[in-house]
Amino acid sequence: VRSAVSTLDLATPRDLGEALALLAEAPRTPLAGCTDLYVALNAGTLAATRFLDLSALDELRGIALANGRLVIGAMTTHAEIERSPLVAEAFPLLARAAAEIGGPQIRHRGTLGGNLVNGSPAGDLLPPLAVAEATIVLESARGERRVAYRDFFTGYRATVLAADELVRAVEVAPPAGAGWYRKVGTRAAQAITKVALAAIRESGGGCRLAFGSVGPTVTRHPRTEAALAASVAEAQRVLGEEIRPIDDLRSTAEYRLAVARNLMARFAAETGGAA
Amino acid sequence: VRFTLNGRPVEVEAPPMKRLLDVVREECGLTGTKEGCGEGECGACTVLVDGAPVNSCLVPVAQVRGREVVTIEGLAGHPLLERFAREGAAQCGFCIPGMVVAASARAPGEDPRRALAGNLCRCTGYTAILRAVEDAEEGEP
Repeated sequence: VRSAVSTLDLATPRDLGEALALLAEAPRTPLAGCTDLYVALNAGTLAATRFLDLSALDELRGIALANGRLVIGAMTTHAEIERSPLVAEAFPLLARAAAEIGGPQIRHRGTLGGNLVNGSPAGDLLPPLAVAEATIVLESARGERRVAYRDFFTGYRATVLAADELVRAVEVAPPAGAGWYRKVGTRAAQAITKVALAAIRESGGGCRLAFGSVGPTVTRHPRTEAALAASVAEAQRVLGEEIRPIDDLRSTAEYRLAVARNLMARFAAETGGAA
Repeated sequence: VRFTLNGRPVEVEAPPMKRLLDVVREECGLTGTKEGCGEGECGACTVLVDGAPVNSCLVPVAQVRGREVVTIEGLAGHPLLERFAREGAAQCGFCIPGMVVAASARAPGEDPRRALAGNLCRCTGYTAILRAVEDAEEGEP
């Protein structure tokens, strides 16, 4: 480890109330599955020194169906999402995305809340949450706040989360229609996404699309969605205007755009869309 | 921090953010758990926490308070060890503790390739390792 861990300050609250009271006193970086945190710590690139351990907060765990909406606690792991009969029934797209994250070791540690707050455009749960227009439930000592997915991210790895707030849960109304998901990386396991697509074919023929890793945040692409209703070729052209992939250490903008266009065509073909 | 290590209660004095990997090796003296990449990629440091395989290089020791940790030393006598030996499933051997711990957590019927997707081996080409784990699936002695 390149960072000295002995000087790091970790608060370990026993319940949500205690955690929120600590955050109201002074800012701390919340710790969930630590799968990203220790990569930064090991590389010596982590600036934070004060942390808040969320692992004892049972209020942030669990998956339930309430009033027809799926409610998933922020500390729920990818492995729990992957295996949940409730998620498989109500929102299989999310289960499929969770199942392709990392390997078993990462899926047993990484969490839904961590995927959101870390805010990487390669966060694999984000495309399904974007197409389903999930609601993020935030909580602080000041009270609860509900934020629509499309308003949660303000830029690259930036969110509306205030320093004294935690993500408590994510709520999703099960989207109607046929879901489709495909992640493209260097290999099937343990690879960070180069391009991902979560899509839904609605019963009326319309569709929803959210690509991962093709812009600073993961969002829906309304102009491409509208174009796809008429023609795949036109939608592929519009997609080139609507997404902003970049060159980085994992891939190139050109490759990402080509793959994004191909994934969309495959989605259209496999779900019986326009020619 | 108090937790259960290979079935026995232990109490260690360590900074809360110290990696479970380092606590197991340094404070507890169990060096079967290896550090490979140190960033959750290779699985050499795999241990079980409450039965689930995790990378111990990514776990602060504070997060195992009150939990059950099993390392490769805790799997002494496990049938997988015999199978790995019989198949010659090791060359340099550095990845093998993590491989065995991950394989021990494989769900019945789960594809061995999927169960070991988080474990890298740079020597063997995996064939003998998968054979050893597949044998376990068939319930051979």
